[in-house]
Amino acid sequence: MHLHLYEAAIGVAAALAVPAAIIGISGEPRVGDLQGSAETVEIAQTVIDYPLPGEFLAEGRPSAAPIVKKTAPAFRIMKHQVSLSDYNRCAAESACDPADATPTAADVPVTGVSFLDAEAYARWYSKAMGETWRLPTALEAAAAGGERFGGESFSAAADDAANPAVRWLRRYREEAAAKRPADPEPKPRGHYGPNSRGIEDFGGNVWEWTSTCHARVTLNPADGAVETVTENCGVHILEGRHRATMSNFVRDGKSGGCAVGTPPENLGFRLVRDQDSILAGTRSWIGSAFQSAVSDPA
Amino acid sequence: MFTRRQALLGVAAAAMLAAMPPLAAAANEAEIAALVREKVTLVAPPFVHAHEQVASGGPKIVEFTMPIVEKQVAIDDEGTMLQAMTFNGSMPGPMMVVHEGDYVELTLINPETNSMPHNIDFHAATGALGGGALTLINPGEQVKLRFKATRSGTFVYHCAPEGAMIPWHVVSGMSGTIMVLPRDGLKNEKGEPLRYDQVFYIGENDFYVPRDEEGNFKAYESHGDSYADTLEVMKGLIPTHVVFNGAKGALTGDNAMKSKVGETVLIVHSQANRDTRPHLIGGHGDYVWEQGKFANPPAKNLETWFIRGGSAGAALYTFLQPGVYAYVNHNLIEAVELGATAHFLVEGEWNDDLMKQVEAPGPIPVN
Repeated sequence: MHLHLYEAAIGVAAALAVPAAIIGISGEPRVGDLQGSAETVEIAQTVIDYPLPGEFLAEGRPSAAPIVKKTAPAFRIMKHQVSLSDYNRCAAESACDPADATPTAADVPVTGVSFLDAEAYARWYSKAMGETWRLPTALEAAAAGGERFGGESFSAAADDAANPAVRWLRRYREEAAAKRPADPEPKPRGHYGPNSRGIEDFGGNVWEWTSTCHARVTLNPADGAVETVTENCGVHILEGRHRATMSNFVRDGKSGGCAVGTPPENLGFRLVRDQDSILAGTRSWIGSAFQSAVSDPA
Repeated sequence: MFTRRQALLGVAAAAMLAAMPPLAAAANEAEIAALVREKVTLVAPPFVHAHEQVASGGPKIVEFTMPIVEKQVAIDDEGTMLQAMTFNGSMPGPMMVVHEGDYVELTLINPETNSMPHNIDFHAATGALGGGALTLINPGEQVKLRFKATRSGTFVYHCAPEGAMIPWHVVSGMSGTIMVLPRDGLKNEKGEPLRYDQVFYIGENDFYVPRDEEGNFKAYESHGDSYADTLEVMKGLIPTHVVFNGAKGALTGDNAMKSKVGETVLIVHSQANRDTRPHLIGGHGDYVWEQGKFANPPAKNLETWFIRGGSAGAALYTFLQPGVYAYVNHNLIEAVELGATAHFLVEGEWNDDLMKQVEAPGPIPVN
């Protein structure tokens, strides 16, 4: 309820705040400007080694994310990340808040968008197309990401039960070693090329929002079974070169509190198209891949 | 022609000067010429050249040489470029360490590749605008200044050419620190000795980089090109960057400062232009000379200390827990958004007595 009020308020503000430049680029903005629905790729049902998203504790100490064999049912996902020009149409209709994207004339993915923005776009796009579009779950992002799926880059496991600082120092050094020069300038769509599944630009400099909530999970130290789960759906998972965890309203990866050494350069998204609305409703109700993962350990 | 008295003084000068209060007598050139000379090679911050904490002999003449380097420098992880001016090529300029009663003899060089006149104003020095009036040199010139370090403490030095050039040169990077130690070393409020295992030297810079119409930081071809726009931002008094050692993240990651449990560090923090408030997250200042002047007893157990713009302060701390410590300007907006954050990596054994997570995070029990 609060969320809806908040979004309604954003919608009003957006209507007043759409810069003339955006309207200028897209011309007279109408849904009809969209050239049919986006090109998609069918990802066949696949079984993957999937590091569960979240923070894990065993015996009260940080533990590595369990890697489980997960079956991702077949789904259809956008070949490209949502473009800035398509997003701007949503913004021009006041259905989305204008993105904090660097102005550019090229065909670039939208960046500077939060989870809330991505959800708003999915609602608008579904309505515009008369179809059902939604954010992928983290599991679907992993399946679509294929060999480019980064998952957890750094182990969160405790090294020394008696000394929590050993883990802090190790992880700090790993992150410092992995740090690379920032390259935040959004690239034209297709710049990073397709992966083996035909998905373009996954793992480039735009991280992708998923519908999977963050969670704190306690594991049984003996068998690794999940004992308790505390979900926090004010925070969602992004996938890309590595996994990131951001509050729903964050639009800038650098301020979102990710790995110290390697914050996401940009936040964007792509959408999954559900073939029929009954299935879509069910999936959306299930929400996170995490829940299905922990209730169905391999 | 020496008088008999001067000759005697010359022989005995070293011993006598050691016992003299700073204002007791002025040594003449012959007496000064008789002093031992030491040539010091400066090192880049956050490190400090090797030095004695307790002077083993009498006053010396300590020789330093610093070229002034004008250059373009990246000051954040987005590649924002600053037309920087530096002492010795680093921001802050390197720290010089001498003892009270020593003479500092600086050769300041302005290479002809530079475009502007520069000089140096030592807050530790007495007279001539801190030496500024005697050291103004054009590109292609050098000058040698000697001053007597009569007061102990950490002191800022900075470029102070004239008028509007002064703040511009300072916020372009031209400041550094000299530490004048008491001859018998640092002491607590009871006069008992305090010693450090390492000294870390942090210079805080406030930068004022102009933006273009779209809000992006502008880059300039030369210092002269950047001047007018930069001055406008400066006059707004709101920095675009507040960083340690010349760039956002300069003291993080691979360049984080390293220590270990049980080690005592002296953290010298200088800010030549603007007030700041250092804080070691998860630690303290065991003994802090907020104003940096060692003739005053140190404050104890501080959480945050105040460094006045135009001064350098010193904090002594013994690490008690291992881990990753953030050392910040505790205006946290400046720390997180503008860049004023450094890290210490501290190795060692965890002390459960000082802190323990008694219960790990988990669901709230339902009764």
